[in-house]
Amino acid sequence: MVGPPQTSFGPARRGSRLLRSGRGAVAVSTASTIVVLGAIAALFLLAPGSAAVRHTFFNPADMWKSLIGNPRQGYYSVGEALWLNIRMFLAAEVLILIVALFIAVIRQSDSPVMFPLRIVSTVYVDVFRGVPLILVILAIGFGAPALNLSFVSTQSAAVYGVAALVLSYSAYVSEVYRAGLNSVHQSQVAAARSLGLSHPAALRYVILPQAVRNIIPPLLNDFISLQKDTALVGVLGAIEANKAAEIFSDTVFNYSSYVVAAILFLILTIPLARFTDYLIARDRRRRLAGAVA
Amino acid sequence: MTDSPAGPDPAAPDPAGRDPANPDPAGAGAVAIEGLRKSFGANLVLDGIDLSVASHEVICLIGASGSGKSTLLRCINLLESIDAGRILLWGQDITQPGIDQNRVRRSVGIVFQAFNLFPHMTVLRNVTLAPVKALGASRREAEDEARALLDRFGLLEKQADYPDRLSGGQQQRVAIVRALAMRPRLMLLDEVTSALDPELVAEVLDVIRELAGSGMTMLIATHEMSFARDIANRVCFLSGGRIVEQGPPAELFTSPRDERTQRFLRRITDAGRL
Ligand SMILES: Nc1ncnc2c1ncn2[C@@H]1O[C@H](COP(=O)(O)OP(=O)(O)OP(=O)(O)O)[C@@H](O)[C@H]1O
Ligand SMILES: [Mg+2]
Repeated sequence: MVGPPQTSFGPARRGSRLLRSGRGAVAVSTASTIVVLGAIAALFLLAPGSAAVRHTFFNPADMWKSLIGNPRQGYYSVGEALWLNIRMFLAAEVLILIVALFIAVIRQSDSPVMFPLRIVSTVYVDVFRGVPLILVILAIGFGAPALNLSFVSTQSAAVYGVAALVLSYSAYVSEVYRAGLNSVHQSQVAAARSLGLSHPAALRYVILPQAVRNIIPPLLNDFISLQKDTALVGVLGAIEANKAAEIFSDTVFNYSSYVVAAILFLILTIPLARFTDYLIARDRRRRLAGAVA
Repeated sequence: MTDSPAGPDPAAPDPAGRDPANPDPAGAGAVAIEGLRKSFGANLVLDGIDLSVASHEVICLIGASGSGKSTLLRCINLLESIDAGRILLWGQDITQPGIDQNRVRRSVGIVFQAFNLFPHMTVLRNVTLAPVKALGASRREAEDEARALLDRFGLLEKQADYPDRLSGGQQQRVAIVRALAMRPRLMLLDEVTSALDPELVAEVLDVIRELAGSGMTMLIATHEMSFARDIANRVCFLSGGRIVEQGPPAELFTSPRDERTQRFLRRITDAGRL
């Protein structure tokens, strides 16, 4: 890997050490990976129930059938159902980022005017961090329709699911934001205010950009959980990947569909993890590279 | 050396006077502090400070650690709320309710002991952020002005660097430039050299000297007695939350009248800092 021209001693030395040890390190890690995977595979294949497990969980024909789906035989495509997970995830993610930021900023404020809002948001965070997500989903998914309100009670299961995810995760993510805001030293706030920047401007240009660096890794963790937890919305009857897998196994009496769902979730989450690593690395490089206008 | 222009000079152009709502009434001081009190909980830090500063005057605040020098400067910049008294800038009471604190802060520059540059921005962005976002200057205009200021203080080739690439002295000079970019009418400097390695102190003091020469009104908290002696029109000694003695440096340093001042200066002399 050839990066931009290094201008400081630190990164340059680091870079060359990596280059020198690069080939050896790759060989060692490849070899150890093969050994470990081989051992696990051997254990699995030599187990007494191996054949049965392979048939009920890893049957290629059933995996393919559940992936494609066949509504005429009473089961849906797990792959298509995953699209609903993705949409729920994306919608929830955007809303969570916004809602959680508001909560965090309210809880961080020290103005007396905000006192009632501070109390409300503190209670909110305590409650929704404490109540299991599945209960929130059930409460909203079955409670909102029962209210018989014109707009609130006529949404789809997926919408209620997203609402529950947003309520629950915003509580967590607001704490992540808060930790990030607190990680920016108070003197930075003073410096920004002393220049006559308004509070929102100081937050936006000085505090948040620095907080984001510390926020991204824990935020990623929460979003990986969020991607998986979209599967819980299946309890409301929304045909998302897990629900489709369940229907398949109920119809065909084979669990391969769950493995398909698991693999699909992995395909979703791993790129997110890599993307965040990339963002962190890029940010590090930028700051180390110094003189890039 | 020490006879830089003292006192208000009506003929001199105000280096940054551009607040039309707050013209300098003839003869009025730049800063007037009356009966200022400030405590942190039970800790009474400022116990009735009275101080007036004329335009273009350079005041050095000296006093033991914890005597409230930083607190006084932070009060003038409205970074701390006050418990009693008034602070007037060019005749305008900035401590009364209904004052736009951000507007006050825009006309008063403050530089802290720790440089407090924004680490995620280049030097140029550090300097232009507030002019663009708080004064509404256009980016081009702000950048041109920032480059001119950076050039004046020998920092132009650092404009694209991030703060962690600069030496402490360079960072502190950028912090001063950042404050100057707001065209303040008053500069508050809080021990701007005490976090610096000795060999870096001079370059920062040179910058302050140049500012004094250009007629900037300044309040400087410092432990550098020789510098205070060299640059100040007046030195104020803080003790027990009050200004117990003030006067021209030649007087205060050579023949202090108050016994507390004498003791403080003796301790400084014994430590080899005078
Ligand atoms: N934010 C704060 N909260 C509580 N107490 C404070 C705060 N800031 C300052 N103090 C207290 O006020 C007193 C004066 O502090 P200040 O920083 O103004 O002194 P100083 O003269 O600047 O000292 P130094 O020379 O060490 O910088 C000290 O006793 C300090 O503990
Ligand atoms: Mg101090």
